[in-house]
Amino acid sequence: MKAAVRNDEALIRRVQAGEKDAYGELVRTYQQPAYYSALALLGSHDEAMDCSQQAFIRAWQAIRRFDAGRSFFTWYYRILRNLCLNRLRDRAAQARPFSAMTPLFDVAATDDDPARDTDRALLRDRVRTALEALRSEEREIIVLRDFDGYSYAEIADLLEMPHGTVMSRLYYARKHLKDMLEDMT
Amino acid sequence: MTAMERDRFRMLMMKALDCELAGSEHSEFENFLREKECQQEWHAFRKVKEATMDLKLSEPAPEVWDGYWKGVYNRTERGIAWVLVTLGAAVLFAWGAIEFVSALWADSQAPLIVKVGIFTLAGGLFLLFFSVIRERWFTSRHDKYKEVQR
Repeated sequence: MKAAVRNDEALIRRVQAGEKDAYGELVRTYQQPAYYSALALLGSHDEAMDCSQQAFIRAWQAIRRFDAGRSFFTWYYRILRNLCLNRLRDRAAQARPFSAMTPLFDVAATDDDPARDTDRALLRDRVRTALEALRSEEREIIVLRDFDGYSYAEIADLLEMPHGTVMSRLYYARKHLKDMLEDMT
Repeated sequence: MTAMERDRFRMLMMKALDCELAGSEHSEFENFLREKECQQEWHAFRKVKEATMDLKLSEPAPEVWDGYWKGVYNRTERGIAWVLVTLGAAVLFAWGAIEFVSALWADSQAPLIVKVGIFTLAGGLFLLFFSVIRERWFTSRHDKYKEVQR
């Protein structure tokens, strides 16, 4: 889910002035994109909930130093991403498999033609399995583009990388996905 | 096709998949598609993209969103409470330690070896505490990767 492009300057100034309710409003605005971003990286409902809330706490602790004219979500996303990457590293140390986590994807659409629908359902299952098996950073960029609908410029801003690198990462992530699908057939 | 042309084709292919092709890039991409190898890759990627678009991220139970802000608020409040508890305990512990060492120093009955042992222990603990605090403070000021690496 994409965070809508908003101007939160007035709201952030109220938070910086110490208004607790204003921060509540800011959290409610971004809680869903925050949760889904963490879910794409971590693949676990509980961990996505924990990390996205922890990132809101970190953001609140540092909000006085934040430039209210900038995008709150872009700044928040960087905090969240770092927390998630730390969590993934800890998980790797504990050797917890991603496949044991929450199912990440659901069906978004069905076809009217039953024969075609069966083929698509098969392919969908394979894609779902392959997406869940991708490396977190590969899955992240595919989710940002194909599920959340961010433009290349927005992804470049969120991930702090050049425009060309976004396209190149997207190419290799999709290629990996395609190769995994070919291996399944 | 050269390596540079292949890279250019891949970049244009990503843009075409994501409807981000601009102006002359459309015709440039069409030109690449005249080659069979490019056509095959384009079809394979398009199929993957279409299948991906049939999925969406799993949604949690709707009530999760009602309690989300409350969760952030409660965790913040508890964080502050823990800081206060820790500070209070540190102050009380420091006061108790100073009182104990003062009383021991004033006690003429206590053997000298015990007094020396206690003072050495207190000095060591203080140095250890100071060293850890100084290191943490220095790291938080100078380590730009602190969020990622720790």
